[in-house]
Amino acid sequence: MADIQQLQKLSTQVRRDIVRMVHAVSSGHPGGSLGCTDFLVALYNGVMTHNPKNFTMDGKNEDLFFLSNGHISPVYYSVLARCGYFPVEELKTFRRLNTRLQGHPTTHDHLPGVRIASGSLGQGMSVAIGAALAKKLNKDNSIIYSLHGDGELQEGQIWEAALYASANKVDNYIATIDYNGRQIDGDVENVLSLGNLKAKFEAFGWQVIETEKGNDMASVIEGLAKAKTFIGKGKPIMNIMKTEMGAGVDFMMGTHKWHGSAPNDEQLSKALGQLEETLGDY
Amino acid sequence: MKKYTYTEKKDTRSGFGAGLQQLGQTNPNVVALCADLIGSLKMDAFKAENPERFFQVGIAEANMIGIAAGLTIGGKIPFTGTFANFSTGRVYDQIRQSVAYSGKNVKICASHAGLTLGEDGATHQILEDIGLMKMLPHMCVINPCDYNQTKAATIAIADYEGPVYLRFGRPTVPNFTPADQKFEIGKAVMLNEGTDVTIIATGHMTWKAIEAGEKLAEMGISAEVINIHTIKPLDNEAILKSIAKTKCVVTAEEHQMNGGLGDSVAQLLSRHTPTPQEFVAVDDSFGESGTPDELMTKYKLDTIDIINAVNKVIKRK
Repeated sequence: MADIQQLQKLSTQVRRDIVRMVHAVSSGHPGGSLGCTDFLVALYNGVMTHNPKNFTMDGKNEDLFFLSNGHISPVYYSVLARCGYFPVEELKTFRRLNTRLQGHPTTHDHLPGVRIASGSLGQGMSVAIGAALAKKLNKDNSIIYSLHGDGELQEGQIWEAALYASANKVDNYIATIDYNGRQIDGDVENVLSLGNLKAKFEAFGWQVIETEKGNDMASVIEGLAKAKTFIGKGKPIMNIMKTEMGAGVDFMMGTHKWHGSAPNDEQLSKALGQLEETLGDY
Repeated sequence: MKKYTYTEKKDTRSGFGAGLQQLGQTNPNVVALCADLIGSLKMDAFKAENPERFFQVGIAEANMIGIAAGLTIGGKIPFTGTFANFSTGRVYDQIRQSVAYSGKNVKICASHAGLTLGEDGATHQILEDIGLMKMLPHMCVINPCDYNQTKAATIAIADYEGPVYLRFGRPTVPNFTPADQKFEIGKAVMLNEGTDVTIIATGHMTWKAIEAGEKLAEMGISAEVINIHTIKPLDNEAILKSIAKTKCVVTAEEHQMNGGLGDSVAQLLSRHTPTPQEFVAVDDSFGESGTPDELMTKYKLDTIDIINAVNKVIKRK
């Protein structure tokens, strides 16, 4: 595990990548990407056992991650590139014609690091469960991780999957919810309230842990470490992680407006002024 | 003209069950999933012999398709089983994104397709599934005609890398194809050669096409009868070769006219050799309750309907 300070530097650079990527094509989803940066940086740089230099679809003896809320592809691509799955330079091609970095992630163009297409919401938990079952059949003790938006929990398939995972003791699996409370049309509470999320997953038979500070690197790592202690204990594990949409860029926080909007030149400049270039821009 | 006989009538779904059971014994990577229809899909034997490789997902088809996609990551070859309606329309987006677009090696196995599901009525009688599945890029679509062909197809698709839709049904139909006939994905089966008209049939309509061919011979019409079990990829070569000889075609399928085998044949012919074609298929309608035979008669999917279509198309040459 890299030290906290190094991970924070990486997070800052990833945030620069995110705002630059969406600005360059005037499209994409910066809000959720910024909010999940600390989580994905931690996951891919110390928490997971994985092999960026030799990507295989099956990922034998590797921990696997599935991004269910595929619209936060900017943070996913930046983190994958910066831990070596593909050249950082390729971030320039995001959302451009003939790119492997499609608007939403896909295996179609064989981008190393991606194992399933996502974008249409609610499907990733089922896929993660399938991969977890394959690990068990293969006597592979690695862990499956997935990330979901909170708004995404409004999709019915999530609850089919949640029911299945506990009934069948899929206990080599840690799901995380990006609990930022916002979705395209506004606050989740107003669009379609999730009610008591912790109680819901507990009622569905999951081991629930809460990460209160999802944009604090130490807290994120601590949350995932705690989640791991429940591996193999007979229950799927849910990490409800509170984050701030737009975290790291002051004017993108406290609103749902940056869910799927790109900054203009002036806004980019303002954002980059708040994010020090730590590891070199792409 | 070759005379076809059969010793018994069997359901195609049992052919699937037998094929799956054999795969359980021969291919350790094959796993099966079912959404609360183990008996209907004849998956009991596979489940009994391979409990660790069988996943009962409950009445949650979307989750089943996603889990199947995930199981491929790790080298498994998942066969999902439920009714055709719940295998396609209900989970179209899951198949589109998690299976087809993701290029996952999932075999979507669908029983009770078409009108011959019978008394349960239109909610369960999907007649659009071939169209839905064939529109997905790189999806292989197979609709076998009898027990033996369904068993052989089930075994064959395990060795095919990529998503497959395998469609079969509930009623017993003549089991006439040889038990040892090799199943070649994408290859048409020539049942009878003829010179006046080509009849191309898939699934349960294949036996009726054979019967129609025999009756047409008595009327002095020489019909070439071809069984197309693989609707996608279509055996263009076999169809074009036959049409070059007969100059007209009748397609027969237990499916909507829109989006079915007939559409695929028409598209091929319009691009290569515009040819008079008649369609024996359901004409823009839902089904209803009734016995399979009553329904096939009411919706004009009988041997006589093939004969009538032949008489019509020959006049258009």
